Order: sequence, then structure tokens, then C-alpha cells
Amino acid sequence: MEIPSELPGEHPVDQGPMLVLDNTEDVTQLGERLEGVKLIVLNFPKFTDGRAYSQARLLRERLGYTGELRAAGQVYIDQIPFMLRCGFDSFSSAQRGFAEALAKARTLFSVVYQPTGDGRATVNQLRLQHCRSVAA
Amino acid sequence: MPDTHFYRYDDYDRALVSERVSQFRDQVRRRLAGELTEEQFKPLRLTNGLYLQLHAYMLRIAIPYGTLSSRQLRQLAAIARKYDKGYGHFTTRQNLQLNWIRLEDAPDAVAMLAEVDMHSIQTSGNVVRNTTADHFAGAAIDEIEDPRVWCEIIRQWSTLHPEFSFLPRKFKIAVTGSPNDRAAVRVHDIGLRLWTNAERETGFEVIVGGGLGRTPMIGKTVREFLPKDELLAYLEAVLRVYNRYGRRDNLFKARIKILVHEIGVEKMREEVEAEYAATKDSGLKLAPETIEAIARQFAPPLLPHRPAIVPEVERLRLENRAFALWLKSNTAAHRLAGYRIVTASLKPAGAPPGDASSAQMEGMADIADAWSQGEIRVSHEQNLVLPHVAIESLPDVYRALETLGFAEANVGKITDIIACPGLDYCALAHARSIPVAQRISNPFAELARQQDIGDLKIKLSGCINACGHHHVGHIGILGVDKNGVELYQLSLGGDVDFGRTALGTILGPAVESDKVVEAVDALVATYLDARQTGERFVDTYRRIGAQPFKERVYGNPQ
Repeated sequence: MEIPSELPGEHPVDQGPMLVLDNTEDVTQLGERLEGVKLIVLNFPKFTDGRAYSQARLLRERLGYTGELRAAGQVYIDQIPFMLRCGFDSFSSAQRGFAEALAKARTLFSVVYQPTGDGRATVNQLRLQHCRSVAA
Repeated sequence: MPDTHFYRYDDYDRALVSERVSQFRDQVRRRLAGELTEEQFKPLRLTNGLYLQLHAYMLRIAIPYGTLSSRQLRQLAAIARKYDKGYGHFTTRQNLQLNWIRLEDAPDAVAMLAEVDMHSIQTSGNVVRNTTADHFAGAAIDEIEDPRVWCEIIRQWSTLHPEFSFLPRKFKIAVTGSPNDRAAVRVHDIGLRLWTNAERETGFEVIVGGGLGRTPMIGKTVREFLPKDELLAYLEAVLRVYNRYGRRDNLFKARIKILVHEIGVEKMREEVEAEYAATKDSGLKLAPETIEAIARQFAPPLLPHRPAIVPEVERLRLENRAFALWLKSNTAAHRLAGYRIVTASLKPAGAPPGDASSAQMEGMADIADAWSQGEIRVSHEQNLVLPHVAIESLPDVYRALETLGFAEANVGKITDIIACPGLDYCALAHARSIPVAQRISNPFAELARQQDIGDLKIKLSGCINACGHHHVGHIGILGVDKNGVELYQLSLGGDVDFGRTALGTILGPAVESDKVVEAVDALVATYLDARQTGERFVDTYRRIGAQPFKERVYGNPQ
């Protein structure tokens, strides 16, 4: 998988402008810069630095961003499930076996406890449905 | 699972734990095959409880809110026997540690945990750790509400939380349901205190930024009163602020307590409340049915009425001095008059504090089945608790504990020492702690003397990471290394009991290992000479100050 050398800033892409953000950037202050953007690249300078997970969720859930959201930097197989749940839908990774792992990652866990923007029903929601349907 | 009086897994919980075991098994396989570097593997194994110590991997098993069924305790005994050296260590965060696990066996060990609805998920690593509670929860006489309901709600929300799996540092939450805080909530990253306001509503005081370790701090109240159903939304706001703004440049300044200290509690509150206001409709508000479904599982066992005065017990109390002392120090008031809460002391004089062999664990399980509704608790002072013992069963329980070696009448007394594993096990330690604890407890072993000295909490840490909680010991002892020599620094006046949180003050220069016992002796002597009726060690210290203690330990000042 090719590693695009992304520099922070704005670059025009085929379908529209893209944003490449540092993981220290406050995405809630992007304002107009988000307009028309089709690709945002968030950074994991070290895979143990989890700030981009919050950026991703805020972009998707608070700001309603619906374009492509890409994870770049130290992007590894074992973090894919978390990244997917936080709203990433594309990945820039040099790790061997990444593509195969990505294919399997969505079904690694059949249950989730927390609501995120990924729309998956949480365990509590499923339990409530059952509880309410039994009571009905 | 046979009926328990705490949360029972349903199929969803089991699916998650089982899938996690499979994921971990595959990760270990890839690590052993060289497909993962140690750097890539480290957070994966840490968040499955596998922590590298001096001699071997240590597996830290989660015991949510310190509550175990007898079946679970037996399985822990079996795991310790099969994959370890036949013993385990109960920790200050209500977990169990096995010290000699092999990497290749770890997936099988956690699979055995899953068989009894247990796990080791997130007991290490920069994630939300095991949420601890009051070890007398559900049985204590002074409880407003059972905090474990909320610990379970937090446990589920925090397990494999996709946004908070790479925090700046570890994150520890504790919950108390009693004004007598037995969970030490003010020295946790988030402490939650249930209380009832003037409108007779019960909610949480949210305390943020407490902690021990290198820079001990007492948490600050960020929210006085939080309605219960908003708990998860609020926690998510705190965690998000921390994830975004916690320091990542310096490992020793990365806890939330540093963030609160650096920006101040007003700014912290502002940030959290703003974040919380923005996520109010995020789906984290707890439906009443959700809370009720979990609360119901913690409904206390239907305990048959039992007499509060039992002739046999009274007779034994008069005949057997050791039993009398044990009743006084190792049993506590239960909400029902005919029952007591019994603490099994895992601090027999001269033994490593908090350890239990597989046989002892099985013995405890048997006692729990016979006399305590099949339930055991782990205290954060490294003892085990039998929460519901009928007074008329106390003689049987006492004898059974005696057989196990867990009946020393020293709970809360000078030989009930809390000690970290120290240099014998831990790569972070600067000094040994277990042998020091053993050496201190020996001369004070005589029961009558211990009872006379009264409540005195000695807490011992082998390095400044403070896993022995020395900052909140009445006597705190910190092992330091000076030019290759193990020295011990003494502090006085720390406390986490009776709703009070205080950090100890250093007494003077660190003393050598062979002088520690003498120093403790001097401190005790100072107290005994100066005390007034009803004063505990720490009360006398607060009244007379450090000077008399200092003089006794170090000699008269120049």
C-alpha cells in the first residue's frame, strides 16, 4: 500500500479539497475550512497517541462530516476496530497483511457497548428492545 | 452460572469476552511468529492484563468492584495452579495478580477466566482500568445506595471504548455509596460519591484529578450533583477533554491530575461542562429500564432473620481471648442486626501481605458457600471479605479461617500492612517491600499488644509510583535507592478513612532497611506515651504534631 506523503494544509483533489490535520488541531474550530471538503486525513504520529480518535468522532458526530476520513501515520492492524468505530473509512498503512485484516476487522466483535457515529446498535439498545418487546 | 447477588453476564457480555480472547490468542500467535514487534505488541498485551515484571509476565485479573462468587474464586485457584506457582496476590485495586505466567499460556489462562465470566481486559495500559468500589457494598450499615451498580455500568461503557483506548496515561475510577468512603474516591482520576440532596434526589459528586504516585494530589469537585442517568455522558465528556488535552510529552506528567493542576479546576469544569452540553443527546443517557435491570441483579440476598445475641458466641467470646479480639477487629456491622461482615486477614505475621495459595482460595470459597451466600469481596487493603455472615455462624467461620491461616485479629491494626510487590517482583521498584513488611509485622505479632496499639495503617511502597498507597498511610513508608543502598522514607498522617482524605508528611531523612523496625517501634512508643483516651495513632499525631515523633525516631535536635 502506498504511503502518500501528506503535509498539513489544504490540497485540491479530484473531487474537491482535502484537509490534512495535525492531531493537536481543534476540529470544532474548523468552521468554513470544512466546506466542500471530501477528504480529511488525520494523523497518528505514534499509534499510542490517541488524539485522532477524538478528532474523528467530533468530525463525524458533532460536525456532521460525511466525506472520506483517512487514518495516516502509524496505522496498524490491531487498531482497525477502534478506528472504524470512530468513523475512519480509509487507511494509509505500510503494515504487511493490513488489507486482509481490514476485511476481517468489522466482524471481530459482534457486540459493542458504546454508541458512536457508526450506527451499530449497542448492547444496551438491544437489551432495551428485547425488554420493551417482551413488556408490550 | 448459579444465582449470584451481583451482575450476571448475559449472552452479549459473554460474546464480547469470548471474542476478546480470540483476538488476544491471535495477537500472541502473531507476536511469537514475529509478525508483531514488541513495541506493537506491548499495548495489546497490557490491555489484556499481561504486564512484564522482573522475572516473568504478571497477569492482572479484573475483579470488578471487588466481588467474586465462590465458583469464580475456585477457578482463580485452578488458574493459579495450572499456569502459575499455585498462589496469587490480591492488590490495592481489588484485582488478583499471578506473577509467573508464560506468554504462550496467557491465552489459555484468559480463556479459563471467560468460562466463569471473568476477564483481564484493560487491567493495564493507558485505558480506563477496573472501576473499584467499597468492599462492604451491599452489606454496610451506612450505605445510601449500592455503588457496584454504577461500577458495572461504567465497566461496560469503558470496555473496548474505541475513542479512549490510547489515553495519555492510565485512568482509574472509584465509586462510593457511603459517606464513609471506603473506596478512596478522592485519590482517583475520577471519584464518584453517591449522595442525596435537599430535594431527596440521589446523584453523584464528580471529583476529578486525584491520585497517588509521584505527585500525590487530592481530587477536585468538578460537579457537585450529577443526576444518575447522566453519568456516562458526563464521564465521556471528562475522558474526551483528557484525551484531547492531557499531556503526551512527558510520561510522568500525563495523568489527568496534572491537567487539572495546570489549567485549574474552574477551567477544567468549563471544558467538561461545554463538552457535556454538546453531547447531551449522544445516546449515552441511561434509560430507567437499563439502570433497573442492572440494579436488580445487585439486590441483596434474602437473608433470613437471625438473632443478634447468640449465647454460644457470647460464651466463646468470654472463654477465648483470640476469638474476642477477632470479633472486635475483624468483623464489622452489617445492615442487618443478626449478621456481621467478616474480613479474612491475608496478613498473617511474617507472611507476604495479600497473598493466597490456591488451597487457601478454595478454602475461602468453601467458607463463602457455607456461611456467606457464596460471595467473597476483595478489599483495597489486600484482604478478603465475607459480606453476609450470621452472628451464630461466627464461631464456625472463625475456626475455618484459623485453619486457613486467615484469622489473625489484625484488621486495621499495625500488622495489617498494605505493601506493593516491591523489588522482589517489580522492575520499577527501588527497594524491597515484602520482606520489610514481614519484618515489621513480626515484633508486633502479639495480639493483645496490637489491639492496645489500635487502628494503625502502615502502607509501604517500594518506589515513588506508590502502588502501596504510602501517601495515605497513617505511617507511610517509601523505599528509595540512594547509591545502591535501599533506604526507607517515613511519612505520618495520611488517611483515606471515614470520609477524610489526607496525604502524609515526610518525617525526616530516610532510614536504612535494618533501622525501619526500630523507627516504627519509636513511632508507636511516642503514640502510646502521649495518647488520650479514644485516640488512634493518627489522632494523636494530629493533636501533638510531628516533633515528638521526630525526636523519638532521630534523637534530639541539635
